Amino acid sequence: MASRIEILNEGGFRSDGRRQFELRTIEIDLAQQGQADGSAVIAHGLTHVLVSVFGPREARMRSHTMHDRANINVEISLAAFSTGDRRKRSRGDKRILEFASTIKSTFEPVIQTTLYPRSQIDIFVQVVQQDGGLLQACINGTTLALITAGIAMLDFVCAISGGVHSTSPLLDLTNLEENDVPNMTVAVMPKTQKVSLLTMDTRLHVERFEEIFRLAVEAGSTILVEMKAAVLGRSSRLIESVDSSTQPHGLGVENDNS
Amino acid sequence: MVEITVLKRSRTEAALTQRKFFKKTAKGKVFKVLRERYLRDDVSCGIDGCKICHDTPLPSYGDKNHSSFPDGHFLLPDTNVFLSQMDLIESPLFGPPIILLQTVMEEVRHRSLPLYNRLKALTRMEDKKVWVFYNEFRSETAIVREEDETPNDRNDRGIRKATQWYAQHVALRSSSIRGQDQNSPTILLLTEDAANRFKAEKLGLSALSVRKYVEGMKDSPQLLDLLAAEGSDEIEPTRVATGRQVLYPEYLSTGILVAGVKAGSLHQGHFNANQYNYLEGNVSVPGFNKPILLIGRENMNRAVQGDVVVVEVFDEKEWKAPADEVVDQESTLKDDDAEESEGEGDAEKSGQLREKEAKMVKVEKIASLRSLERLPTGRIVGVIKRNWRAYVCHIESTSLTSSNSTSLSIQTVFATPVSRLLPRIRLRTRQAPTLLNQKILVTIDRWDATSRYPEGHFVRALGRAETKEAEQESLLLEFEVPYRPFGKAILDCLPQQGEQWVVPPKTESSKEWKDREDLRGLNICSIDPPGCQDIDDALHARVLPNGNVEAGVHIADVSHFVHPDTPMDNEAAARGTTVYLVDKRIDMLPALLGTNLCSLRPFVERLAFSAIWELSPEADIVNVRFTKSVIASKAAFTYEEAQIRKDDPHLQDDLTQSIRLLNTLAQKLKAKRMAAGALNLASPEVKIHLDSAESSDPIDVEQKEMRETNSLVEEFMLLANISVARKIEEVFPQTAVLRRHMPPPKTNFEKLQDLLEKRKGFKLDVSSSGVLAKSLDLCVDPDLPAFNTLVRIMATRCMLSAEYFCSGSVGKNTFGHYGLASSIYTHFTSPIRRYADVLAHRQLSAAIGYSPLHPSLHSKAHVERILEVVNKRHRLAQMASRASVEFYVGLALKARGERGGGTGVTEEAFVIRTFRNGIGIFVSKLGIEGLVTFKKDMLFDAENYTMTVAGMVISVFDKVVVRIEVEKDRNTHRGKVKMTLVSPIDSKGM
Repeated sequence: MASRIEILNEGGFRSDGRRQFELRTIEIDLAQQGQADGSAVIAHGLTHVLVSVFGPREARMRSHTMHDRANINVEISLAAFSTGDRRKRSRGDKRILEFASTIKSTFEPVIQTTLYPRSQIDIFVQVVQQDGGLLQACINGTTLALITAGIAMLDFVCAISGGVHSTSPLLDLTNLEENDVPNMTVAVMPKTQKVSLLTMDTRLHVERFEEIFRLAVEAGSTILVEMKAAVLGRSSRLIESVDSSTQPHGLGVENDNS
Repeated sequence: MVEITVLKRSRTEAALTQRKFFKKTAKGKVFKVLRERYLRDDVSCGIDGCKICHDTPLPSYGDKNHSSFPDGHFLLPDTNVFLSQMDLIESPLFGPPIILLQTVMEEVRHRSLPLYNRLKALTRMEDKKVWVFYNEFRSETAIVREEDETPNDRNDRGIRKATQWYAQHVALRSSSIRGQDQNSPTILLLTEDAANRFKAEKLGLSALSVRKYVEGMKDSPQLLDLLAAEGSDEIEPTRVATGRQVLYPEYLSTGILVAGVKAGSLHQGHFNANQYNYLEGNVSVPGFNKPILLIGRENMNRAVQGDVVVVEVFDEKEWKAPADEVVDQESTLKDDDAEESEGEGDAEKSGQLREKEAKMVKVEKIASLRSLERLPTGRIVGVIKRNWRAYVCHIESTSLTSSNSTSLSIQTVFATPVSRLLPRIRLRTRQAPTLLNQKILVTIDRWDATSRYPEGHFVRALGRAETKEAEQESLLLEFEVPYRPFGKAILDCLPQQGEQWVVPPKTESSKEWKDREDLRGLNICSIDPPGCQDIDDALHARVLPNGNVEAGVHIADVSHFVHPDTPMDNEAAARGTTVYLVDKRIDMLPALLGTNLCSLRPFVERLAFSAIWELSPEADIVNVRFTKSVIASKAAFTYEEAQIRKDDPHLQDDLTQSIRLLNTLAQKLKAKRMAAGALNLASPEVKIHLDSAESSDPIDVEQKEMRETNSLVEEFMLLANISVARKIEEVFPQTAVLRRHMPPPKTNFEKLQDLLEKRKGFKLDVSSSGVLAKSLDLCVDPDLPAFNTLVRIMATRCMLSAEYFCSGSVGKNTFGHYGLASSIYTHFTSPIRRYADVLAHRQLSAAIGYSPLHPSLHSKAHVERILEVVNKRHRLAQMASRASVEFYVGLALKARGERGGGTGVTEEAFVIRTFRNGIGIFVSKLGIEGLVTFKKDMLFDAENYTMTVAGMVISVFDKVVVRIEVEKDRNTHRGKVKMTLVSPIDSKGM
């Protein structure tokens, strides 16, 4: 059944008032979360994700240690209240496992794992609220959390989802749009313009693909600006607090860029 | 590269930008939905001269023609105005610029999709000044529903807020640009809701009701008539408003209906009126094999043909059989007074009428006992969706109170729709005397439980009844054929050279010649009906050195000119098909393409899409290939010319040889098809002889002749269609455009089987198409040569109609074409006149790697949507051509009757149905159906389909002679075919 909501109306507006190439608001909070070595809360519109990074540290299980590089472990948990219908998902859910392995393979070539032999880096992703673009939020959050944990990486990884409604490309899809249009998620390393991830769960015409793909790579740089500002803001506040007192407490840095 | 930005939304605005609500699914599960929206400051107001906004198509001071607003004004109507007064707003006389709010758009969409589509069309019309203002996305005008505020109130408040904003916005402009002396134009809120007006005035806004507004306009008399009936009540309360009787049961609430349908206690379906009996109708529902019968006005409960209704089925012991009687609305309700029955106040008269009708619906006791005939019976308890449109009507002269042609007083009159399936409509108009004898367009506005008839309003006049222009236009309107001339945007899609366009010379660099085969050397010819201008197919055949035959079908390459997603393509998709009327053709594509550039005319080079087979001498396909080509047809024959040429032994030229070769192959192909179980169906087809091109008065009618060459062309077209269908289905299994003909359910044939068995002793085996074809061949009466054709026509009527579909949407086992006994089929051979063929061309072109496929054709949903429209258009186009033939047959009969001295025409005919007071007649020579009615009931044996008239037994399939006259109905002034029996007995005066 066709949805009663127009994905893109004749005035060029999407259902939430954005135009085709406008991204949702991005809010980043890099405050310390509990015991984690690095953490980030990121919100793309109504999708909220909390990522905590532990490590590099000794692997819990010996079998996970590798003599030449670090092992990356990604675990995802979806809050039962994150979607409209309250549903508990078990950890063994195949969809979630796939998601975790997608994130893992995205970051394996980016993290300089060879610097941390015989260790493990744990990435815990907690999805607090979902409204489309979940994977992009997870990846962007993980990038920021890894950076706050001080783990060596080659570059930022910026992810964005894109889709095509009839013949018009759209960026940063909401849940409503994701259900309706063919879409994909692209993660790029903006400095090198390398693509570290591209997933598509729906069928998309090969000619549309290139257009969206280029747009998504372009959008990566836009997101990079946001992410960089958040990281710089946190660092400069850290330095300030180190200067003002020897006690480095209050690592919590509220970042809204506003 | 486009600019990509991040929209910032601060958390503090969450109350305004986030919306939380709960949604219940079909299964009853409750979801919480959280949505956000981004408010912006760049939503344009659309008024010219605005310093702040861009993209401003509305004139700077709006409209200055209204008497109350000398400084100019803009209209800002609320939702109800669009819901009830769409005809007024669509009228070309209604010109002020309109600001259409997003809130209003969405509300209209929510309430009625057809109206929403009209509204959207309105925003695109060139001569209308409509600006869509996305008020929900503009930060100043966005509002949030407050607690204990209904959605309706919220929307009203939003509309008022937008009006307020506009007023300030406009004032800002004029004060800053021209100083204080110039008054700024008024933003006028148009609403029927008095409370809303009051609230708006309190805010200092101007607000008016539609009627008040229209009264101050220049063309108010014409426009006032267009106002829907809803508005009229407050102003002129009817004189018998009190004591109104409730004539119909109230509908149940939507919630109950939906729940009932889901639970299976109620049934949902489309309402079909009975054309023989206005007090009877039926509804086909999924729950029952047979349609549910509705008897009587109360049970039909205000449903109109085509409405989606919900039915409650009675207990099985109350089930009844359909009446065996012809009940004519006009004769029964002749005396009903339009003014009087408005309140149904005259109890005595109303009572009489009810009694009269009750007698009509009283089903004969004996009939209802017959279990075979009994159908599930029920009553309508609710209407899910009204399917009302504008209907072509006549005003009944008897319903007029004053026929003084200068009288401008409001009169309530009856309008009788041309279609027998519709109830008469009550209408109030000031122009009644002038509208008499005219065909007019009337829309139904509402049908209250207290009113016997639906109420409507006048839309426009089509012209005098019986003039060809009016009849033609009414026919087109009645069958919803889009017949406007092609707009500028569409004509701009044509090649610039126009008539002078030719295939460019063959060079390496030429775009046209790229990947095209040069078939100019082949002996290609086309065979079409006489006078055919849009030639979309041509053929050739030649013997190959290995003894096999190469046969080619060349189809006009329409997809070379019509590119996807252009205005021309969209228009063609909306039209779906070319409509052929007797004296007019309504083209799907502009004439330049249809009759010239695409038409495969002889002696010129044309672009074509060719299917070329290598066939064994036994007509088995050895291989087939498809290619884009350039051809030069050597001749354009009519069927007759080709036939003569083929039969003339003196002619031995290549072209004639090639026709002979094609003919022998076609015969073998046909034999194969028949062996596979294809049906030889029949439909009454007649040809109208027109006097001359100018007067186009019909002289005579005759049955269409079928020649060998007709079948030649047909066989090769079928072969091409089947081969193409296989190819595109193979390459695009999800979205191939195919055509199928579902096998009819066995129950459809029950009545015909029973008839044949009882009357003629033939058994009809319907278990498969092949068996049916065989048993149809056996239904021959040596005394009546036309009998077989009649049975075939009747059998055809029992079948379903063929339809286009998208291959991914249905199971593969349902692809088959029942009539052609082919496992797969599509339409490929007439792209000039059918849109489905254009799609098939595009898909085939992509399948052979000639051009990439447009993304829209990869989308199943998109293809389904297009085909749904094409199917509907196709069906309506067929009905329109049939109706056009009927009209001309009527004219021809009249002409023939007049030549014969005014005694009418006598023709042989078959009886096809018997009623208690009449018989249904089919005149095969004229291809028309009619009714012979008797004034009183005759001895009638429904079991054996016979009736006794004055001692003579008449039964179904009997041959009779009827006198056919065209008489003018005195009341509605429309021509009516009237038939009376001549033999075996003369029924004149009976």
